[in-house]
Amino acid sequence: MPTTIADTTNLPSQTFWTTLDKELWIKRLLILLVCIWLLVVVVLPLFQLLSKSVADADGRFVGLAHYRTYFSTPSLSSSLFNSLLVSVLTTCISVSLGFLFAYGLTRTTIAGKGFFKAISMMPLFAPTLLNGIALVYLFGRKGLITLGFFGVLPGIEINLYGPVGIIIAEVLFTFPQAVLMLCIALGMTDARLYEAAESLGAGRVRTFFTVTLPSIRYGLISTVFVCFILAFTDFGAPKVVGGNYNILATDIYKQVIGQQNFAMGAVVSVVLLIPTVVAFIIDRIFQRKQVAMIAARSVPLTPRPHVVRDGLYAGYCALIGFLIVGFYLTAVYASLVKVWPYTLDLGFWHYQFSGTGGGGYAAFFNSIRMSLYSAVFGTAITFFAAYLIEKSRQMNSLRQMAYFLSILPLALPGLVIGLAYIFFFNALGWHVGGMFIPNPMNVLYASMGILVISNIVHFFSVSFLTATTALKQLDQEFETVSESMGVPFTKTFARVTVPVCIPAILEIGVYYFVNSMATVSAVIFLYSADIPLASVAVANMDDAGDVAPACAMSVLILLTNLAVRIGFGLLTRRLKARAQAWTGQ
Amino acid sequence: MSNPDIYLTMDAVSKNFGRFTALAEVTFQARRGEFICVLGPSGCGKTTLLRVVAGLEKQTRGKVFIEGRDVSSLPVSSRNVGIVFQSYALFPNLTARQNIAYGLKSRSLSRQAIVKRVDELLDLVGLRGMGRKHPAKLSGGQQQRVALARAIAVSPDLLLLDEPLSALDAKVRVMLRGEIRQLQQRLGITTIMVTHDQEEALTMADRILVIDQGRLVQNGTPRQIYDKPATPFVAGFIGAMNFIEDARKIEKGLYDIGETHLSVSGENGTGRLPAGSRVTLAIRPEDVMLKRDPSVSNLLQTRVEAMEYRGSMFRIDLKRQVSEGTSFTITADVPAETVRRLGITPRSTLPIHLPVDRLRVYEAGKGS
Ligand SMILES: Nc1ncnc2c1ncn2[C@@H]1O[C@H](COP(=O)(O)OP(=O)(O)OP(=O)(O)O)[C@@H](O)[C@H]1O
Ligand SMILES: [Mg+2]
Repeated sequence: MPTTIADTTNLPSQTFWTTLDKELWIKRLLILLVCIWLLVVVVLPLFQLLSKSVADADGRFVGLAHYRTYFSTPSLSSSLFNSLLVSVLTTCISVSLGFLFAYGLTRTTIAGKGFFKAISMMPLFAPTLLNGIALVYLFGRKGLITLGFFGVLPGIEINLYGPVGIIIAEVLFTFPQAVLMLCIALGMTDARLYEAAESLGAGRVRTFFTVTLPSIRYGLISTVFVCFILAFTDFGAPKVVGGNYNILATDIYKQVIGQQNFAMGAVVSVVLLIPTVVAFIIDRIFQRKQVAMIAARSVPLTPRPHVVRDGLYAGYCALIGFLIVGFYLTAVYASLVKVWPYTLDLGFWHYQFSGTGGGGYAAFFNSIRMSLYSAVFGTAITFFAAYLIEKSRQMNSLRQMAYFLSILPLALPGLVIGLAYIFFFNALGWHVGGMFIPNPMNVLYASMGILVISNIVHFFSVSFLTATTALKQLDQEFETVSESMGVPFTKTFARVTVPVCIPAILEIGVYYFVNSMATVSAVIFLYSADIPLASVAVANMDDAGDVAPACAMSVLILLTNLAVRIGFGLLTRRLKARAQAWTGQ
Repeated sequence: MSNPDIYLTMDAVSKNFGRFTALAEVTFQARRGEFICVLGPSGCGKTTLLRVVAGLEKQTRGKVFIEGRDVSSLPVSSRNVGIVFQSYALFPNLTARQNIAYGLKSRSLSRQAIVKRVDELLDLVGLRGMGRKHPAKLSGGQQQRVALARAIAVSPDLLLLDEPLSALDAKVRVMLRGEIRQLQQRLGITTIMVTHDQEEALTMADRILVIDQGRLVQNGTPRQIYDKPATPFVAGFIGAMNFIEDARKIEKGLYDIGETHLSVSGENGTGRLPAGSRVTLAIRPEDVMLKRDPSVSNLLQTRVEAMEYRGSMFRIDLKRQVSEGTSFTITADVPAETVRRLGITPRSTLPIHLPVDRLRVYEAGKGS
């Protein structure tokens, strides 16, 4: 009988007396390691960059001399204005278009919402260089539209090279982000507010300004800042379609790669960094407010059919979808055409990459290797760091610092990371107070390691926030429960935390992979001749005038990313079905 | 401290969060096998107290002893406690069995021993045959039982329950109350349960600790707490209580309100007050008697102000004129049958009797 259950089983209790203290120390050590990791890969390189911007070629401190030179040289400082102008215009256009699109997806009853959303996400999977290249094929001197579909229609000339091209490419690049964020903001509204407004006799316009806008204002502001940062710091598209129109991102590249003027490169990086950090800080402040708003319980809004409105939105979404698909299909088509625009035979000529620089398939497979490493190590590091920061109760101030350092990379443009890494990893060591400290990270210079680390840091913040959000949804007491039963936290991590968070973990892995494949900004400074990369090859082939192979390589990257995304999407769905036993849906 | 009967001792334990004091000088002891309920309003520090006992939170001052041993700075896993949280914190991806076995796995038990033990525990909490289900597929009450089984699986010497029943609906709650109490008595585990439900505390506990703003205001058996609440706060928090303000002490055991004299036998610490002190008298509504016999003491003429029907009884507001322009109101619970028999209606006059031994006296202006 269970009456005696307490004494029938003689449990060997309290064998964990000493293991417990060990646990505590392991946890502390790990939190410390996370902080050290973030210091080494984020803070020190940035510091190195800043110090380069105030030192001359021999490393002597010159104060703000370089900055004075920068601002007194109109050909340099005009880029700041150009960059601001282009990104502000991009942000306005992208957020407006994105808002209408997101509104259609969340507040109307149009058909095929999932399809439209998927299409709108396409640009996330392409290198931004491809946006530029596709534009060249559409609006360039021999572009499809410039030539009026090879003479079928009257041609249109839009003066592509310069601000126009950059803005179109950046709008395309930032559009998916705008749609994603605005969909979330629009999806979170409380239906009761609309019922109240309706019952009080408020019309459409008044309801929009009194209910809709206020309820999404933080999300909207956040979207504006994110789009601004993206457009302000992007390098790929301006490189291809910028022409003689100088912007900060291309200036950094020209200073460093073209003129080998590292100090000026550092100065421009800092100039690029400042508005980005300001936008980042403002965005953080608003995000915090938005989180506070979600916490309140609300009734989700289910849109009601409205023939005219739904028709208009369906038309609009279809048009945008058509433009995006058409855009990338043009690129695919162009990559298959033998000699654009003269010999329109289709084939895989440009996919052989023979006779072009850049590294061809070696570069492509290097990129895949690099992206895999970034995905595996990046996901592991990010998730574990997020776990330690979110779920420990020790060392509060250190965890807060780690959190801040984890979201800081959100404000770091890829080019800045790349340049900072050159300075940091290339340094043989530092003289600190008369003592020489050799740089242990120097061995990584020009290796696969530095590429992977730069990718992990470049895409750390978004992944980290995804992991944190997933972890927050777990009961805060899981750790306490296991602790009270003497179960090591590592076991609970492996048996409960990771299995429950698998969808988020896969999501993070895909995010790392896709972005590592497509990115060019950080790695263009860091790759070495014996490890060519696909995205860098695109840039170099385009530079050399081999636009068709560049286009072909971009298409390969795009297709790889789409395949990975779709593959993992199916895998996640399978896992979710299996997990139905315990999610209770 | 070396009394072998005492399992847990909290000695002047305080807990501050920054400048906020969540617990102030809490001292109490728990005997082996005792069931203690910690009762108090929301935010008074109940959970904090439990977490300090468990070792999840370190007290700012004071000491915690388990079996006479100072465990003040030992963490939770060294204190051999089982904890059930309000949210249950069941692992969603593990079955009920796996949840229950979770703490057993880390001890060097054989596979069969674990299976056997989990079977016993499932039986014990009445979940035989449910072991393969995941928490999401179990009802709230069943999840609660799994959480309980998981907590006692590791044979803790101390069971800590933080509002274990508050997420359940009323019926299940009452049933589980009995089950938890029975289980606890059968296993003889010293148990501390946090609740803000007074009925739960009164029916389950051997002893109740009433906490108010981080202070332990009363520590006693359910009867002591109900019959002899130490402060007006306790009196008002547990059950209903009439407070008659502006009474005055005449001499030991004798008080007056205006012209009316009232004898009281149950003075708690107010016996030492000098004559003439202002006091508050208190009596529970169910202790107010209806008597017409003029020979008994503490008899008051009152007027029926309002009557509220409550099924088996009426709650009646009675007004007593003290002098020109001043009066006080007393609420009485009167069985419905009595009301019918006496034909009580609003505005009728009603003589009431306040039993000497049911009246409580509190120093005026203290802790209400
Ligand atoms: N980690 C913490 N940091 C700061 N303040 C805290 C912390 N934990 C609790 N408090 C504060 O201490 C007070 C007591 O909290 P506690 O959780 O113990 O209350 P409680 O009696 O359990 O309340 P409830 O019935 O609502 O659960 C509250 O005012 C709470 O805000
Ligand atoms: Mg609580």
